[in-house]
Amino acid sequence: MNARDGTPRPVPVNTAARGARNRKALTRLGKRLMNEYHLYLIFLPVLIYYLIFRYMPIIGSVVLSFIDFNMFKGIADSPWVGLKHFLQFFDSIYFWRLLRNTLMINLLNLVFVFPMPILFALLMNEVRSKILKRSVQTISYLPHFVSTVIMASMAVTFLSPSIGFVNNLLASFGGERIAFLQKPEYFWGIYTVLDIWKTMGWSAILYFAALTGINGELYEAAMVDGANRWKQMLNITLPGILPTIIIMLLLKIGHMLDIGYEVILLLYNPSTYETADVINTYVYRKGVIEASYSFSSAVGLFQSVIGLILIVAANRLARKYADSSMW
Amino acid sequence: MTLVVILTLYPFLYILAASFSDQLFIQQGKVGIIPKGFNLDAYKLVFEFPMIGRSYWNTVVYTVTGTLVSVLLTVCAAYPLSRKSMLGRKFFTGVILLPMIFAGGIVPTFLIVNAMGMRNTIWAIIIPGAVSSFYVFIQRTFFEAIPQELEEAARIDGCSHMQILLRMILPLSLPSLVTIGLFYAVGQWNSFFPAMLYLSDKSMHPIQLLLRDIVIMNQTDSVLTGAAADERAMIGESVKFATIMVATVPILLVYPFIQKFFVQGAMVGSIKG
Repeated sequence: MNARDGTPRPVPVNTAARGARNRKALTRLGKRLMNEYHLYLIFLPVLIYYLIFRYMPIIGSVVLSFIDFNMFKGIADSPWVGLKHFLQFFDSIYFWRLLRNTLMINLLNLVFVFPMPILFALLMNEVRSKILKRSVQTISYLPHFVSTVIMASMAVTFLSPSIGFVNNLLASFGGERIAFLQKPEYFWGIYTVLDIWKTMGWSAILYFAALTGINGELYEAAMVDGANRWKQMLNITLPGILPTIIIMLLLKIGHMLDIGYEVILLLYNPSTYETADVINTYVYRKGVIEASYSFSSAVGLFQSVIGLILIVAANRLARKYADSSMW
Repeated sequence: MTLVVILTLYPFLYILAASFSDQLFIQQGKVGIIPKGFNLDAYKLVFEFPMIGRSYWNTVVYTVTGTLVSVLLTVCAAYPLSRKSMLGRKFFTGVILLPMIFAGGIVPTFLIVNAMGMRNTIWAIIIPGAVSSFYVFIQRTFFEAIPQELEEAARIDGCSHMQILLRMILPLSLPSLVTIGLFYAVGQWNSFFPAMLYLSDKSMHPIQLLLRDIVIMNQTDSVLTGAAADERAMIGESVKFATIMVATVPILLVYPFIQKFFVQGAMVGSIKG
């Protein structure tokens, strides 16, 4: 009403009006808090969930590692034993075997499994036909969706001494049939091949993404300069995806002690423990099957701590040399 | 390239062929990727054995219930974390992030689940692994991609966060919810480890665990409870292959349709996660 003719609105001076305004502001604040309150309400179940199923196990593993846990006495009344379980683990004959297996399987993974998706992505990058590209990619994802049980089942079937394809092939060339899964010397190889089969296509997705991010003009410029396909790959494509490669490498190093133990659990047996047993599977056997809760918690904690150190170190390195980091 | 395709596909084709083949030919190692002695006996047996049907049904129940619970909890985690107005957002993000780097391990989790009396219940399968921090971050990224202006408009109209979430954000992010849901569903369908840890009752076993028993451990008796003696003699290689097929086909069927979502989701997750 006053706005049209330009006269300023009368400034409310009486206290009643000011009170009303304050009340309004207060209810606005209250409303905002109500909104926030909804956010926390939504978040609450997750928080409780994380406390029980993620944080309690962490606290539990620390506590259990330093006591002699007895189911009937409960945590509070079980005696405190300090580093006993850790020392017992370091002294046992299993320690070096587990560490060697865990590290070797990871090292093989780093050397053979890790470069595969990169090679695959680079190879695919050279394929000009779009349809071919897409169909090959689609097929390469398939194994990712197969369960570990089925993958292990396939391995068992294909390696079976009596009906397995691999042994049939060996036999047809006059070789002897070998019970691959009973021989410790083959386990690392089998595991590595399975790992490549399952993860190659899926892990390549990231590199495909990185490849599409490379500026096409670079290739044109290179062509003008007379660089052939190989040179282009070496000087443009590879440097283009290098940051992605480094990040993936560091992530991998961070998880050095972690292994897809489900597959191992399915494929190993007492005759191959020698090479197949890793920290995780040992923890499972000791903790769940033999019910040595405290001892296996200590072993698990040892693994987690080393893992944490590796992750933090890897992240440092990433920040320093790759100019990117996980956090 | 062709090598990759052959090596990837061969195992699938072989199992498909073997499941339709006569046992005799499989044992002689004569089956390649074309079935020999074509018949459907193996599949008939698979569906007739009570244990296989039972565990198949269990898997369906676990997958459906598990996926619903997982998606619900993931939204509950991702939505507040995606709102800039949430106080302590950084702290809570840390709460979700930390277990990705430092986990308590199998044994303490096992003890907690036991202590809560979840053993031999469906909850032991569904709850302990219900939320994946990784998927929370993927979902959060999706939520953040929804234009803020939409939310502001709704706010002006007097909507609360709950209303905004239910009426606006969720319908808008349906594609991402489907993606996350399918990630969870595939995981649940394929999982055997929690069942192995917590379910001693065989009638509750999912199909993956049954498969482990019959193919890897070679314990056919668990499948055959209730089967007649002459049926016992018949279970053999082809039945194993048929069971593998039956357990895998649903996923392989869904996957071409959702592949696009999957790939997108995986990329978003890994780039921003």
